[in-house]
Amino acid sequence: MALSEENRKGRDRASLPPWVKTTALTMGSIAVTMLGLLFVTFIIGRVMPIDPVLAIVGERASQSTYDAVYLELGLDKPLVVQFAYYIWDVLHLDFGTSLLNARPVSEDIARVFPATLELATLGIIIGVVIGVPLGVIAAVRKGSWTDQVARVVALVGYSMPIFWLGLMGLLIFYGILGWVGGPGRVGIFYVDVVPSVTGLILVDAALDGNWDVFKNAFSHIILPASLLGYFSLAYISRMTRSFMLEQLSAEYITTARVKGMSEWDVVWKHAFKNIRVQLVTVIALSYAGLLEGSVLTEIIFSWPGIGSYITTALLSADMNAVLGGTVVVGLIFILLNIFSDLLYKVFDPRAK
Amino acid sequence: MAEQTLRAWLLTDTPSSRRHAKLSALYQGWLSFRSNTMAMVGLGILIALMLIAAAAPLLSPHDPFVQDLGNRLAPLGTEGHILGTDSLGRDILSRLIYGARITLYIVALVALIAPVVGLLVGTVSGYVGGWVDIVLMRITDIFLAFPRLVLALAFVAALGAGIENAVIAISLTAWPPYARIARAETLTIRSSDYISAIQLQGAGGFRIITKHIWPLCISSLIVRVTLDMAGIILAAAGLGFLGLGAQPPSPEWGAMISEGRRFILDHWWVATMPGLAIFTVSLAFNLLGDGLRDVLDPKAGE
Amino acid sequence: MNTISKLLTGAAIGLAVSVTSFSAIAETPANMLVIAHRIDDITTVDPAESFEFAGSDISRNIYSRLVNLDPNDLAAGYQPDLAESWEVSEDGMTITFTMREGVTFHSGNPVRAEDAAFSLQRAVILDKTPAFILTQFGFTPENVAETIRAEGNQLIITTDKRYATSFILNCLTATIGAVVDKELVMANEVDGDMGNAWLQTNSAGSGPYKLDSWKPNESVTMSSNPDYYDGAPAMERVIVRHVLESASQRLLLERGDVDIARNLNPEDIAGASAMEGIRIEDELKGRLMYIALNQKHPELSKPEVRQAFKYLIDYEGMRDSFLKGQYTIHQNFLPATYLGASEENPFSYNLEKAKELLDAAGVEGLEIEIGVREAQERIEIGQSFQNAAAQVGITVNITVGTAKQILGRYRARELDVYLGAWGPDYPDPQTNAGTFAYNPDNSDEAQATGLLAWRNSWDTGGLTEKVEAAVVENDRDTRIQMYQDIQAEFRETSPFVVMFQQIEQSALRDNVTDWSTGQAVTSAAYWQVTK
Repeated sequence: MALSEENRKGRDRASLPPWVKTTALTMGSIAVTMLGLLFVTFIIGRVMPIDPVLAIVGERASQSTYDAVYLELGLDKPLVVQFAYYIWDVLHLDFGTSLLNARPVSEDIARVFPATLELATLGIIIGVVIGVPLGVIAAVRKGSWTDQVARVVALVGYSMPIFWLGLMGLLIFYGILGWVGGPGRVGIFYVDVVPSVTGLILVDAALDGNWDVFKNAFSHIILPASLLGYFSLAYISRMTRSFMLEQLSAEYITTARVKGMSEWDVVWKHAFKNIRVQLVTVIALSYAGLLEGSVLTEIIFSWPGIGSYITTALLSADMNAVLGGTVVVGLIFILLNIFSDLLYKVFDPRAK
Repeated sequence: MAEQTLRAWLLTDTPSSRRHAKLSALYQGWLSFRSNTMAMVGLGILIALMLIAAAAPLLSPHDPFVQDLGNRLAPLGTEGHILGTDSLGRDILSRLIYGARITLYIVALVALIAPVVGLLVGTVSGYVGGWVDIVLMRITDIFLAFPRLVLALAFVAALGAGIENAVIAISLTAWPPYARIARAETLTIRSSDYISAIQLQGAGGFRIITKHIWPLCISSLIVRVTLDMAGIILAAAGLGFLGLGAQPPSPEWGAMISEGRRFILDHWWVATMPGLAIFTVSLAFNLLGDGLRDVLDPKAGE
Repeated sequence: MNTISKLLTGAAIGLAVSVTSFSAIAETPANMLVIAHRIDDITTVDPAESFEFAGSDISRNIYSRLVNLDPNDLAAGYQPDLAESWEVSEDGMTITFTMREGVTFHSGNPVRAEDAAFSLQRAVILDKTPAFILTQFGFTPENVAETIRAEGNQLIITTDKRYATSFILNCLTATIGAVVDKELVMANEVDGDMGNAWLQTNSAGSGPYKLDSWKPNESVTMSSNPDYYDGAPAMERVIVRHVLESASQRLLLERGDVDIARNLNPEDIAGASAMEGIRIEDELKGRLMYIALNQKHPELSKPEVRQAFKYLIDYEGMRDSFLKGQYTIHQNFLPATYLGASEENPFSYNLEKAKELLDAAGVEGLEIEIGVREAQERIEIGQSFQNAAAQVGITVNITVGTAKQILGRYRARELDVYLGAWGPDYPDPQTNAGTFAYNPDNSDEAQATGLLAWRNSWDTGGLTEKVEAAVVENDRDTRIQMYQDIQAEFRETSPFVVMFQQIEQSALRDNVTDWSTGQAVTSAAYWQVTK
């Protein structure tokens, strides 16, 4: 999305260049965007009325302790110099140390990102598995009660405050019914039971063959994942429906029907096949949205993911952590965008 | 009789002037909109909301700020407090009614700021092109690549908590998509013969953008804004929920949920009622937006 | 309540009850203690640096000190821990500790007087936030080699003047008095940091537990030290799980997923205590809730106005509603149970009286800003205060922010009014007297940001000298009287409206015994707990 325009323009101009120029342009724009992203974050961090020094030394600190930390953080240097230092470190893959828990930010991210990844992936799977068929059926039976149901489902999804639905879900399914696990990624006695290989508890448990842990982790993830799944389902089903409607009204479909092709084949082998690329783009974008960390969901479910990590860090002026998190989130967003652009270019006849 | 002629005049196939044609198109749009029940329901809810907000002092049974610690967390249907009371013994219904004002205020401000910023950036970018375009679009990309709520949070944290700052923060995160739409529209309009003709007449860039390009971008922006309204309400409620929106004792709905979630197990209505209010209003905006899209921009929808 | 809603509520409760009773209650393993707690305040576990509540809990269980408080008998005061005995010189300036023999660190290294000396020297040299607890005795990075030294099996401490011995020993029970494993710590030193970076996330103690892991905002895991000198603790594993929401903590407790929930709000306490298998334990903590008036403000600095605000607090209304069971009315700067604490609470909610005083001061149309940290109970206290102030014509604007946002402005003397909480750092009256009623230099340049009196630009009206005198008084009864007098004056004249003292309510599964959160004097202890 973001980069597609740029790339297409690059192609248009490209009477001389092969793919090399496109790649260079793409890389260049990633670099510029990332730099801008970091700069904006950096500035925000510095103009924020939260004092990072106080965040470290706390209420009781004497002025001398305060001053020592102030200098240690390099806050006496000009902003540009501070930023340059930061970029220099990032280029060496050093994201600095979290001010608040004294560990490397990269270590923190390696811990919180898998949590978000796991949740987002399960969420998007739910969204796709239910959303796509729902959208297709709604399109095929336009105006039927199925279509109406799909519409209501989507509208409710668009309109519901996610933190409220999360609270209610927790209350009903965990508090009252006890069908699912509570807040957090895994029950307390299952913490650190399986060795962390991927950081994804479900995968780690499966690798270890420890199905108790797997079951427990699943019972914890299913509610927040369903919640996120529902919200992406709303979007995906609506988009699927409108893509399908466009295809179904096309001439080739009429021709196929006239030829006596079965309805199933018309829908799935022709129409659906043609919306695949568009659909992947939509899915990639919602996936990107989920991977950015659904701050509110993570907070409600005490899910130690990247969204709540960045938020907590932000509110405590832990700028190294905020910047590190922003780099990761921004990169994912940009990469998924490029990915869907590429898909377009490779598969979509119209883009050629 | 007069009505009949007006109707006929509006529905004519042969408009007598540009203005006539415009009005006629509007009226036909309204007719098709009116046939969309869901959209009408949405519109109805929103009109009701505006009336409620306007008449808040008349409608609310209590002062939304008056505390009564002796009668806190009263359940639904308590004498004099149909929706119960909150942690400080304030009437929830009255707070919801006054909260409607805040919601409308936020929505109105964001709807004014974000699309205008987007329109400005997008049209300038698309019309001027070249370096300006590259720079502006790169900036847009940067803002797009941020997680929205986190960006809004960052802005609020930087500006200080408060309702105006929340509005600014939400607007700042909401403009990039509008800029993209406006730019795309500008690109198609720019190369049209119509603009070339005006350029030949010697009109300046500023005049062309404001007089000729903006009006053409507006209908697609309106649809998009209406569809985004629900998102804006939810974002504002999210900020309120995180304690970064309206400050106490303001009855902002998101903040009310946040206050009420402490009692979710035994006094569920305290958080549930404002949740339902948010849901109803954002649903109304979605219904309205859907309907508007069908009328104004049929291709984009189905 | 009308019929329909009665029916609805009834049905909902019925559903809740019937369904809950069907679902099985989980149970934690018998040798494991699982605690739900808010631990997002932990920034480090290095005892020379750690000062927040949850961090102190960790240190208390991992590090032994020279002297310590017994969780089963906190009222007894400091007791021998790693120091078996001590002697005070005649001039009262030198204390000689004799170390307990045969104690080892978790690493297997022996605990020596040298380790104890190193630990205290290290804290002074590093000069982190809690260092003032030691440096107030005249220790400086320059003189620490002489003033704190080990000789064979003895540790000798020399202060700059004579202090109440109990004052010194009380300070050594604080987190900063923890004895760390010198060999292990120095083996992990980086760039002359005395192992600070390493100790921030690792432990090197000799206490009943060792730290397995601390995952920020997630959990702290400890396992027992089988070689603990006072006997291995019953609970072999302790897991403290970070759970932010009271409701979530309660659900975890009710479902048997945790043994103890430490942050339940009054409503959830009421709900949980009605459940079978759960009991509530109250402990009076040292934390005070207060409102402070910035004396830079022309109106707030009038004596009548300071008085008036003390009548603008609905003490009883709040205590009996949203603070129910978790705060008690307390209007003095020394928490109840502290030496010299006063039980006098002369102020009550009295709008007429407040109005009278304000009129006498000629105050009209006053509009002030109050900074409140983002915690529900504080926001509610703030709103209750706002409500009362409005009735006497004062407009109060509440600014809610995170601790770090509000605190920065408070320390810079920028807020009109601050709604704050203060917890004592060590179990001696000086800990609060030395901040509420002590401010030797009230100028902006003094930058005494650690002193509450300074933050509110209050020159203490002569209390500073009285506090200085009380801290060196060695006669217990005289000292008590001195604090009583200081507080009597403080109540009337100070710009601090001390309102409440905290009661910590822990909700426990029935089988947990001997739980202690450390009352007003220290932090939570796990080693004496059994199930």
